[in-house]
Amino acid sequence: MSARSARRTGWNVVGVAVFVVMVFPVFWMISTAFKPTDEVNSQTPTWFSGHPTVQHFADAIHKPFFWDSVKNSVIIVLIAVAISMVLAFLAAVALAKYRFTGRKLFIVLMIGIQMLPGAGLIIPLYVVLARYHQVDTLTGVIVVYISAVLPFSVWTLRGFILGIPKELEEAAMVDGSTRLGAFARILLPLVAPGLVATSVFAFITSWNEYIFARILLNDQSKQTVTVWLSYFLGTSRNTDWGALMAASTLTAIPVVVFFLLVQRRIAFGLTAGAVKG
Amino acid sequence: MTHPDGMAVAAEAPRPRRRRLTRAAIGRGTVPYLLILPVVGVLGALLAYPIYRLVILSLQKYTLFELIRHKGVWVGLDNFSSILHDQVFWHTVLRTVIFTVANVGLTIAGGLALALLLVRVSGWVRILLTSGLVLVWAMPQVVAVQVWYWMTNYQNGVVNYVLTQLHIGDFFQHDWYASTFSQLSLVTLLIVWGALPFVAITLYAALSQVPRELVEAAEIDGARPRRVFLDVTLPILTPVLLILTSLSILWDFGVFTQAYLLIGPSHITPGNYLMSIYLFQEGFQKADYGKGSAISIVMLVIVAALSFFYVRKMVRVGEVE
Repeated sequence: MSARSARRTGWNVVGVAVFVVMVFPVFWMISTAFKPTDEVNSQTPTWFSGHPTVQHFADAIHKPFFWDSVKNSVIIVLIAVAISMVLAFLAAVALAKYRFTGRKLFIVLMIGIQMLPGAGLIIPLYVVLARYHQVDTLTGVIVVYISAVLPFSVWTLRGFILGIPKELEEAAMVDGSTRLGAFARILLPLVAPGLVATSVFAFITSWNEYIFARILLNDQSKQTVTVWLSYFLGTSRNTDWGALMAASTLTAIPVVVFFLLVQRRIAFGLTAGAVKG
Repeated sequence: MTHPDGMAVAAEAPRPRRRRLTRAAIGRGTVPYLLILPVVGVLGALLAYPIYRLVILSLQKYTLFELIRHKGVWVGLDNFSSILHDQVFWHTVLRTVIFTVANVGLTIAGGLALALLLVRVSGWVRILLTSGLVLVWAMPQVVAVQVWYWMTNYQNGVVNYVLTQLHIGDFFQHDWYASTFSQLSLVTLLIVWGALPFVAITLYAALSQVPRELVEAAEIDGARPRRVFLDVTLPILTPVLLILTSLSILWDFGVFTQAYLLIGPSHITPGNYLMSIYLFQEGFQKADYGKGSAISIVMLVIVAALSFFYVRKMVRVGEVE
């Protein structure tokens, strides 16, 4: 017994060590963001500052185009997510509730498209959107994001709809309501949590997106947060690390909060069913 | 509603007429197509059409001049032959393959080790470690790049300080961005760090599905832990491992953001190109859209071939349900 508990203690030590190493970059970001500049630039780092300051956050949000980029990101993400959820939900109902010719092909496309590397499509999308004068407009990025999150959303929502017991819906129909009525009164409320989780995940994907925002939006006042953050370092020799880490923290906060809310529901979407083989 | 099959059913059983008619008609009729139509329309306009344009562009001379005129000049397979005769292309392919193998190998091995660790630790350590992993998982890529860059900068990066303090060597003002190998190693660490949570947590979930009795039976029969792992646990994990491996291969082969931003746009040279960066620099930055399209096609074909296993497996899952 004692050998066993000694081994358990050993594994616990390893576990805590791994935790420290994995979380360190996140800790270091936050720690730096609150440190006075002289401590940030010191050759011997301090782990926790004795004199925390919010000066870097004030500097970061007063940098040019910070609020523009936040506004752009919010507009782009909200519109893209709202539209794609409606479209994805309809298609997910079709996949979950109906057998139809071409269903398999549709599934293949939904899964296959998710595998395409975004970089492979930047040139044709840029050329096509330039043709229709949608470069340097938020609309161009919105439509690209819609198409980027659709396949994933269809696939995930389909799983949530399948999770609803068929009997519930059938019971409602026996009670004399139409299919549409059963859908609105039974299916929709039950699938709402899944719909929320999927939209949050689509929100995170779009908020974090970099390459399309980078190539489609040149005008600084039209950039998204990720592009703004990527230009933060600029060309100056004396980097304001404190402000950079404060800006990074601010960019990460909405994503982390939302991610923690939905991670359990979505995490296994990509590998769902694989365990059962 | 006027589907012939629906009518036939209705004629046979007149009483529940309305319901059977509707259901039969819906089941075989146009409703599912109407439901998927918007998605098909959007993806057709923003994926199918651009991919068609991609093929056309790859056969044309298409630069800024042609972009403004909206009309390319037909050059046949010239773009393809120019990249296939370019040393940079072949070096980039080789570099990307090595990079992908290293990243995927480390991600899967590290993720498996972490998952096995999660099984062995006490409850509170498991909760602590899982929370840490989820926090790392949630970090946006662009943010992670900035943090990595700050930690590894040569002037006052904390990594140099810690390595020196631990007597691993003298890393005072060591420049991690001085060589291609060092640059790509940092990118690898960044990517593996970001990918470990997903892999570890998925594998841990799969591990918890390994029947306890099976392991105990093997132990009673006198099997050593290593044999139990290889003969009982691993075979059950294999399907998940295969899926995670193919997903990782696809993601790492096409990686752009972390590599491009961590190495830094001004330090990107043909000597440290990865596939996506090669395409971005040669096609987009130099506004040689024809050549860029040819590179894209080569890349998409490679990725399509690599993703075959994953797509087939997932489609089977979708069909069963």
